Amino acid sequence: MNKPLDEAATVARAEIEDFLFHEADLLDNWKLDEWLALLADDAAYYVPPNDRPDADHRSTLFTIADDIVRLRERVIRLKDPNCHAEYPPSRTRRLITNVRVIGTDGDTIAAAANFAVYRYRRGEPVREFVGHYRYKLRRVGGVLKIAERRAILDAHELGAMGSVSFIL
Amino acid sequence: MNDYSAGQYTGPGPRGGDGRQVPLVREDRGNLSFSVSREVFVSREIFEREQRAVFDRCWIYVGHASEVRNPGDYRTRAVAGRPVIFCRDRDGQVRCMINACRHRGAIVCREREGNARGFYCMYHGWTYGTDGMLRGVPDEQSYPPSFDKSRMGLAQVPRLESYRDFYFLNFDRDAVDLEMYLAGAKAYIDLVVDQSPSGRMEIISGIQEYDIKANWKLLVENSVDDYHLVATHATWLNYMRNSGVNMTPPKGSGLLLPTRGLGKDLGNGHLTTDNPNYRGRPVARWISVYGEEAKADIEAIRAELVARLGEARAARVADTNRNLAIFPNLVINDGSSVTVRNFTAVAPDLMHVSAWALGPVEETEAQRARRLHAFLTFYGPGGFATPDDVAALESAQQGYASWREVPWNDLSRGMAKNEHTNTDEEHLRVFWRRWSELMEAQA
Repeated sequence: MNKPLDEAATVARAEIEDFLFHEADLLDNWKLDEWLALLADDAAYYVPPNDRPDADHRSTLFTIADDIVRLRERVIRLKDPNCHAEYPPSRTRRLITNVRVIGTDGDTIAAAANFAVYRYRRGEPVREFVGHYRYKLRRVGGVLKIAERRAILDAHELGAMGSVSFIL
Repeated sequence: MNDYSAGQYTGPGPRGGDGRQVPLVREDRGNLSFSVSREVFVSREIFEREQRAVFDRCWIYVGHASEVRNPGDYRTRAVAGRPVIFCRDRDGQVRCMINACRHRGAIVCREREGNARGFYCMYHGWTYGTDGMLRGVPDEQSYPPSFDKSRMGLAQVPRLESYRDFYFLNFDRDAVDLEMYLAGAKAYIDLVVDQSPSGRMEIISGIQEYDIKANWKLLVENSVDDYHLVATHATWLNYMRNSGVNMTPPKGSGLLLPTRGLGKDLGNGHLTTDNPNYRGRPVARWISVYGEEAKADIEAIRAELVARLGEARAARVADTNRNLAIFPNLVINDGSSVTVRNFTAVAPDLMHVSAWALGPVEETEAQRARRLHAFLTFYGPGGFATPDDVAALESAQQGYASWREVPWNDLSRGMAKNEHTNTDEEHLRVFWRRWSELMEAQA
């Protein structure tokens, strides 16, 4: 990781951008099984706590720290009408910008992007989730897969965002 | 008064049809009925009264000693709506001071946490020591002789006391001592702290701070009400089942959950569930979710407990769960991990929640990681259960817009029984009786 930018730039930013836009589209449309197919078999998903955005989930309490087993269970939960926090499912709209390739290490690409995710539920005010993503993407048989995605919120506390009950 | 036909009409509320005032909490031990007015969740007047009757008179949780381990360590937070600095002064004394300059009231410490030599007000530059004493006043000679610097330090809260490293404040100078106040809750705090070989637990880094658009009293109920688990947390139960944990109540037991738990009155409005564990505990009961590789380690933790506490006490610590509610607004969920959860009433329909994970200071890196993983399976704003609790509470709050038409919540569950289980509501009634007593005294 952290190779000079000129080398990192050999990975087409546009390809990463397309990949992230596609992922955002799947999530906004609750195509969660298709989204799971974007993940590597050892994928992890993290939402660090607002007061420790740079911390390690093994020693700090996160908002979300899923390994692939729990991620698959999370999707099972989200598709279940008994997932009350997301039933009826929230409407979300993700704006993904400032996509950058940070570096490459073998077949792994580190990428970053900014996000604004708007979450709407009937009869409730809009909830805005603003922050940045840190991705580790890996080529598996020529196809890009998500090895790790980290959604880091800018707000000092979750506050009015309430729960992170959908995939951020 | 409307006639909500077909049994829907629930009778007049506290401001009944004839305008007569009746209690907000109504108990009839003869007819075995117990109901709570839905007005208590929506009324601004009741909200204001409860600030004085409850939050200005009870012991309110501030923080844990481990959060201010070294001299100069501080945390700023809102306690009972007041901005405070919770700190350890340079001489090692733990303090809680009002975080407002004595001059114009500006917040003197605007950072969340850190280590300080003193506090500096950015408005006119007054400086205070970590003990709160006023140290520096720019152009001090312009003040008249009556200006006494020694009397102008940061206001210390009237009372600050601790039990087993949990610090509480009281705005009522005449309140009983904390230990007397905690009454039966002390024994349950002891069970939590006994998980540490040295009797020292610590708040783990990383705070979960989120709002619930519901009245704070609903979270007290929700934290100890095991009746809701099967419906509200169906997806969590499913996840546990998928992970190989047996979630089925024994046949013919009449139980909703795999074990028979109890709901207990601990005095002074404190209450707890007391349940045989089925969902695993980092200290020290292995379940499949932890993975085979954790088995030997958890057995070793267990062996330490037995050696230190004896077989019976070790079993009490390791094989039972408790959701402990310390009146009015602190909950310690000692279940598949330990959560310290504190909530501040901001408005009748809004609370701020702060939640931390608590663990033994001796934990290895692997044990700590396992604890945090277990925490997130259930708890917190990204967990598999808490978001559904939040949804349920917000849903109830929305329902209370009809408090005039449907004025009462029924809390009679289990009233005819001798044994009060965790899925009954006797322990919820404990909270409401105390709340009602304090509110009536203030009225």
